[in-house]
Amino acid sequence: MMEALFPHAAPLQGLIGGLLIGLAAAIMLLGLGRIAGVSGMTARATGIGGGATPRLVAASFVIGLPLGAGIAAQWIGPLHIDFPAWPALILGGLLVGFGTRMGSGCTSGHGVCGISRLSRRSIVATMLFMASGFATVAVMRAIGLLGV
Amino acid sequence: MQPLISLIAGLIFGAGLAVGGMIDPARVQAFLDLFGDWDPTLAFVMGGAILPMTIAWVIKARLDRPLAGGVFDVPDTTKLDRNLAIGALLFGAGWGIGGLCPGPAIADLALAPGPALIFVAAMLVGMGVHRLTLGR
Repeated sequence: MMEALFPHAAPLQGLIGGLLIGLAAAIMLLGLGRIAGVSGMTARATGIGGGATPRLVAASFVIGLPLGAGIAAQWIGPLHIDFPAWPALILGGLLVGFGTRMGSGCTSGHGVCGISRLSRRSIVATMLFMASGFATVAVMRAIGLLGV
Repeated sequence: MQPLISLIAGLIFGAGLAVGGMIDPARVQAFLDLFGDWDPTLAFVMGGAILPMTIAWVIKARLDRPLAGGVFDVPDTTKLDRNLAIGALLFGAGWGIGGLCPGPAIADLALAPGPALIFVAAMLVGMGVHRLTLGR
């Protein structure tokens, strides 16, 4: 049914990947008392942001991300990764960097850690960044910039 | 000890991003593309991630301090303000344009270093600009 409706969906992989992400966030919360928010950890690790998390702890988490993705890719075989062209990467990166700092979080901090805590701020932030993402891609489709 | 736990959590997190398909900007954009060939995979990633964290918050409420020592450092703000709203809207726009949020972008440094580095460099510049302007 799922496959018939959405031929490109990978619900099982999505669910397993999500459970791993949630497990990692749970380890950060219960083990270290920290929110596994990638934008916050990245800002802390690079010194752009402050906070109570020791820089080494933040940097370790951030370095783990590509290492973990690389190890997983060795296991599950070649992954399909398709990037937009560089102007979209630059504009997207600038907005993501500025926006996540201004909004105090991204998909992980607000979307995973905050929503599961029923934080009002995170629920509002997640609804807004999802709505903005949907609207942005709709505009890109309308003006023929999607997949460019 | 704490950096090691953090590294292990980062490893699991990065593996989850790869397994769940978040590392593919085309898949992320397909999720955000309601008027195209919609791909719901990311909803499963989000749901799957929220599940263990919901349990973790319940356990957290019964703990006096984190298992590896130290103190809980979680935000206690509940105020909805303009920064939260505008920041989230800008982030969402960048997410749609680039097909990447911070975690997958950094994870992609191992899988597709060229384009990932462009995005991550721009993202750090964006963070720096925030610090130099609104972050003062």
